[in-house]
Amino acid sequence: MEAAPLPVSLTNSKLIYDALKECDIGLVSALPETWLVHLIRLADDDPEMILVRLAKEEEGVGISAGANFAGVKSAMLMQNHGFLASINGIVSFAHLYKIPLLMLISYRGTFGERDPWQTQGGNVTEPLLRALAIPYSFLDAGESVKKRIRQAQRLAESSLQPVALLLMRDLMWEE
Amino acid sequence: MLRLECLQSVYAELEKRLVVTIMGAVAAELQSLGHRPNFFYLQHAMGLASSTGLGLALCLPQQKVIVFDGDGSLLMNLGTLSTMARYSPSNLLHVVFDNESLLSVGGFPTATSAGTDLEGMARAAGIPKTTTVRTVETFKSAVIEALGGQKLTTIIAKVEATGPSAYVTGLALIENRFQFARHIQSLKKP
Repeated sequence: MEAAPLPVSLTNSKLIYDALKECDIGLVSALPETWLVHLIRLADDDPEMILVRLAKEEEGVGISAGANFAGVKSAMLMQNHGFLASINGIVSFAHLYKIPLLMLISYRGTFGERDPWQTQGGNVTEPLLRALAIPYSFLDAGESVKKRIRQAQRLAESSLQPVALLLMRDLMWEE
Repeated sequence: MLRLECLQSVYAELEKRLVVTIMGAVAAELQSLGHRPNFFYLQHAMGLASSTGLGLALCLPQQKVIVFDGDGSLLMNLGTLSTMARYSPSNLLHVVFDNESLLSVGGFPTATSAGTDLEGMARAAGIPKTTTVRTVETFKSAVIEALGGQKLTTIIAKVEATGPSAYVTGLALIENRFQFARHIQSLKKP
């Protein structure tokens, strides 16, 4: 029996992907999670994009640093629990060595969440971003996606530090 | 076999490559042989030197990238073996100095001292070529062979748990980072 397709927004995933392309993103690292399925497929189907599928999200910090040294702009696709799993890499590589990171983080465990296992991570995501002094904003409506991704990437590059965009349920989930 | 002797034996081979090392003894000993702008020392973030090398190798297919890893660092990010193997860039060489010890914090034994076989793990992860070496001569020939070949290679070099007297060097981390990036930029100019 085939599972019913999940109501992840293909339209808005395409908007995000196109915005990344307009920012000249040439490498995407990713660890799959439900809200990211279309984005990862779009990267996989794009012959110009280097897609690196990770075992654990922290690897993405090193891979993005290598890409940055090589002059290639990159983005990291992860869930907020993947952000939690990346924190040592963020602090002791990206912050220590001033590496720009564009982190797109699906913000699970907030209002509307049905999966009990996501809820604790939802509670601590923003407090941790603030504790780490990581500038962050939200992707919550299609019309602002392009501008906000551009702004986030610009800030990451000018400040040489990680910047986070939180992918919100209202944008990613059609239900 | 000493790690410093191994580094010395291949130092000349490093001139035209991009080199990423882990922190601690590897970084200090390579610098003691002479820093070059194509050397980047990841002085923390244990486990991510190989990920950095993978990012470099995938983005710069024309360059040969060498990572000098260690048992303690690799054990912190074993998933890197499966990620490297998945993409298997032929321009990446992964060298692991296995001294069976977390040397810089006082020499606490790692799991390789109790039988964990990093070469076996690399092979089982799908790294196309793996080898374990115990002499400087075999180390040098394994490195030269891998640099001349077209296969992602992991070399486990079993070395003694001895290191330099000091780990902090005169090279500022940030200076190293920007010099390394500028060096790569200079390679792209016609």
